[in-house]
Amino acid sequence: MKQFVFISGKGGTGKSTVVASLAKYVNNKALADVDVDAPNLHILLDHEVVEKIPFKGAKIAKIDQSKCTNCHKGYEVCRFDAISKDDIINPLKCEGCGACLLVCPENAITLHDELTGHVYQSKINEEHFTHALLAVGAEGSGKLVAEVKKKVKELVKEEDYLLIDGSPGIGCVVIASITGADACVIVTEATKSGLSDLQRVQQVADHFGIKSFVCINKYDLNIDVTKKIEEYCKNKNVSVIGKIPFEPLIVKALQQFKTPMDDDKLGHIKSEIISLWNQLIKET
Amino acid sequence: MKIAVLSGKGGTGKTTVSASLAYSLHNSQYVDCDVEEPNGNIFLKASLTEKEAVMVLNPVVNDDLCTGCGACQQACQFNAIAVINKKVMIFDNICHSCGACKIACPTGAISEVPREVGIIESNSSHTFMHGKLNLNEPLTIPVILQLRKKMNKYNHVIIDSAPGASCTVVSTIEDCDYCVLVTEPTPFGLHDLKIAIDLVKQLKLPFGVVVNKAMDSDTSIQVFCKEQNIDVLMELPYSKEIAKNYSKGILPVQYSNHYKDEFIKLLATIKERTS
Repeated sequence: MKQFVFISGKGGTGKSTVVASLAKYVNNKALADVDVDAPNLHILLDHEVVEKIPFKGAKIAKIDQSKCTNCHKGYEVCRFDAISKDDIINPLKCEGCGACLLVCPENAITLHDELTGHVYQSKINEEHFTHALLAVGAEGSGKLVAEVKKKVKELVKEEDYLLIDGSPGIGCVVIASITGADACVIVTEATKSGLSDLQRVQQVADHFGIKSFVCINKYDLNIDVTKKIEEYCKNKNVSVIGKIPFEPLIVKALQQFKTPMDDDKLGHIKSEIISLWNQLIKET
Repeated sequence: MKIAVLSGKGGTGKTTVSASLAYSLHNSQYVDCDVEEPNGNIFLKASLTEKEAVMVLNPVVNDDLCTGCGACQQACQFNAIAVINKKVMIFDNICHSCGACKIACPTGAISEVPREVGIIESNSSHTFMHGKLNLNEPLTIPVILQLRKKMNKYNHVIIDSAPGASCTVVSTIEDCDYCVLVTEPTPFGLHDLKIAIDLVKQLKLPFGVVVNKAMDSDTSIQVFCKEQNIDVLMELPYSKEIAKNYSKGILPVQYSNHYKDEFIKLLATIKERTS
């Protein structure tokens, strides 16, 4: 089974629209959404949630106030400003490192598993679709990403492909998303921000040894920037496998919960997405 | 006053709103806390003459003192230490610099050394600042915390946040005075707006919504905000002209007095709401 991860560097360039479109076109595959902070793929895909699994991906310290003698040793060692001078723990600041309990002379502090989100096992007809939602403001988003990938792999058997909708950025969530993938597709846009962000995320993919491909969305919005993106890709030996024009009708389709694949007015976008897929398959 | 601009969903226009606001105001400081992909300076074009490294502390082991007992591995909650055949291996990238291993070590074999994970760049007057996470580093929070320490000399601090609703965004916005949530009229925009609202409500921060790329064909955001009694502070239209200028690194306030006035009004509205 080949695993393809769709990332972007910059947010809002069209990752989920491309993945949802491919979900309607590609046969014999499984799907995953690892944008755990702000997952969107499920919105466009008619799915049925089979199981909702709680995920404890972080720890949090708790003080037993009946044992606490207010010696402030925990407060002194905490580097996250999570323990106040009167020995109260702020759960949003606590990283669960356990330094405080190592110095507590009364054994009044313990670490507890913290619910950091849920994984959803869903089905689209007979196909597997695994997604997740991080608890608001939670730590450990990278761990939840790894959990989604683990869960979908437990289910798949004979599928040819796993398509993974990723998240913006270049940090822990993105690194966890691309680990182990056969290739990543970077969906960018013809803006200066899109170019700058593409360069950063493409170098991260390179560093972790993941082959990257590029799709330029809104390529005709700024032909100069598109040329610069193509130049950059050529230098880095990265194939540009798709160019999608600026098309307000895509937004109108999304507003009606439709992908470009389900809209008669968007035949030109549909053929571009099919050609992107064929190119990806040919080159991997 | 510290105003944070966030969104849940990426690409809704956080940088357009925050940079336009900073550009329209006198005596403001713009701070780009989207340290994974900072884009504010593509638009504000500040001359970045000041640079400061962001350092974290990582453990190192003195082999002469280490007995290979494994207490450090046991203490580390982030799997950043492995002890194999009595030899300690440390994975600096995933170390949270908490110091637990040093406390746990019974022989005093662990000390800590600084390592660079990012950089803060600013202009000489510090009216522009951004943080940049070094490539291949996973942890953003040290960069954000260092940026925060350098804020608040100014009348208005405008903070451009990363997308999402994870700990990164919490550490960006937790001590601000007001949050502007930027969204767009698509099912994605509405879905992620709700996540962002949950976050600011949990942090008990006052907030309002800016609808970017507003279209007559979808008023779901306005309807939702009305039902929930949430302030819609401003609407920016869906416009190819704005998009084309954005692609070149030009903000609407940099070519149109109309938009400049709109952003000055936005600040006035925020002040009214927080007074």
